[in-house]
Amino acid sequence: MKMLINVPETVVPDALRGFAAAHPDLTVDVEHRLIVRKGAPYEGKVGLVSGGGSGHEPLHGGFVGLGMLDAACPGEVFTSPVPDQMARAAAAVDSGAGVLFIVKNYTGDVLNFDMAAELAEDEGVQIAKVLVNDDVAVTDSLYTAGRRGTGATLYVEKIAGAAAEEGAPLDRVAALARQVNESSRSFGVALTACSTPAKGGPTFDLPEGELELGVGIHGEPGRERRAMMTSGEIADFSVDAILEDLRPDAPVLALVNGMGATPLLELYGFAAEVHRVLAERKVSVARTLVGNYVTSLDMAGCSVTLCQVDEELLRLYDAPVATPGLRWGA
Amino acid sequence: MNALPQGGSPIDAAFVRRWLDAATTAVDREAAALTQLDSPIGDADHGTNMRRGFVAARTAVEQEPPDTPGGVLVAVGRQLISTVGGASGPLYGTLLRRAGKALGDEPTVTAAQLADALRAGVEGVGQLGGAAAGDKTMLDALLPAVDALARALDAGSDTADALAAAAAAADEGAKATTPMRARKGRASYLGERSIGHQDPGATSSALLMTAFADTAREVGA
Repeated sequence: MKMLINVPETVVPDALRGFAAAHPDLTVDVEHRLIVRKGAPYEGKVGLVSGGGSGHEPLHGGFVGLGMLDAACPGEVFTSPVPDQMARAAAAVDSGAGVLFIVKNYTGDVLNFDMAAELAEDEGVQIAKVLVNDDVAVTDSLYTAGRRGTGATLYVEKIAGAAAEEGAPLDRVAALARQVNESSRSFGVALTACSTPAKGGPTFDLPEGELELGVGIHGEPGRERRAMMTSGEIADFSVDAILEDLRPDAPVLALVNGMGATPLLELYGFAAEVHRVLAERKVSVARTLVGNYVTSLDMAGCSVTLCQVDEELLRLYDAPVATPGLRWGA
Repeated sequence: MNALPQGGSPIDAAFVRRWLDAATTAVDREAAALTQLDSPIGDADHGTNMRRGFVAARTAVEQEPPDTPGGVLVAVGRQLISTVGGASGPLYGTLLRRAGKALGDEPTVTAAQLADALRAGVEGVGQLGGAAAGDKTMLDALLPAVDALARALDAGSDTADALAAAAAAADEGAKATTPMRARKGRASYLGERSIGHQDPGATSSALLMTAFADTAREVGA
């Protein structure tokens, strides 16, 4: 598999150096693998820290900035960052108002953030944690590591980030983050596997003419393989999988997310199908976001995330944001 | 009583440093194979991550060599937590840090003390990860290994033979994960489809136990 890299071992620091060059308004610490909002800590403001394996860009580093994260900790490709990174990030963004860790529910992320919280609390930083677990494809929570955190992470970071920007205290920011997670569900589909730099080729074998339903964002196969479906059929399947678990009685935010290698032309066509299905199911859509936001390297495919919102969540979603990956109103 | 282990050299800091060397060599040699095992049921990076961690640990211990066996294990555990990432970093880090702490400040320890310390480490892994035997995790290699080690020592085996028995049990345990359905970690998302693949974490655990057995044999413990 051809890749635009030097050597697999340096893909993360190489990308961080480029990120620093492209975004001088952020502080990028390549050695310690941190992306921090310039000027942090902000007086009286709760700090938002997230992180996870690399390979999901723009998540999380691309969401650092006004109205969203204060710091992001990129790990190796598909590998959670280490506790030292999050503890350092917490120290860098804590103004005394405390820090919220936004953690996607994967065993590695949970363990490393837990250890980081202990380290940060030893240094006197007040830490709250929110676990994002929106992926309905994982149905058997008792016998698995539980639902994965995927597209809802964007909504959690956006809405909690807006509340923190307005000066909300830590417990309020954490409560909003949990509310967003509980109001969100996602479902993902792969048309191809993805290739990690370490492996140099596809992480699993997905033949031409087939697709994988219910995938996560780490190149792990999903729960079911079928013959290739049309965009409309995929939209029916994905939205219905979500609505089996979330029966919205209020408008939703809809994220039509690309996995990395699906052209926007296809993604917008898919967004139209998602809107069609939602209209048929009598679900009203308040806002729609289409693009590659929570990706899985070079995987072709898509995911749908729906987040039911009340007026307050919608107001916070609409609030100004200025980050490399998400920008409006600022 | 704090007797020297039967049949030869005591388990001292030099012994554990030799183990670290053997473990690092084994992880480096098997890195591609571990990553291959991690492809169908994980995310194809277990070998790469373990190699990064063990190379960093060996460098750290060479630069500032602790003078007790417990000290070496704690230092290795700390380095793994700081460099591996993923679930493996905290889990292997906890295994070795707990074991090292259980050995305390003694300059030399017996094989029985090492066996108890490894058991404490394995219990730490169980508490942190929440897994049990049969969940298709590293515990499926580590639990049989510490059981076999204790059994062999109780039966009067010397250190090298007992650690060889532990390594064999770990290896068997790792192989026995193939028909299991994963209930923890990333492989669990596959449900039934995790069946038929050997668990990469159990496999790397067996490598670490084999490194103990090789070290004991080489030094004539």
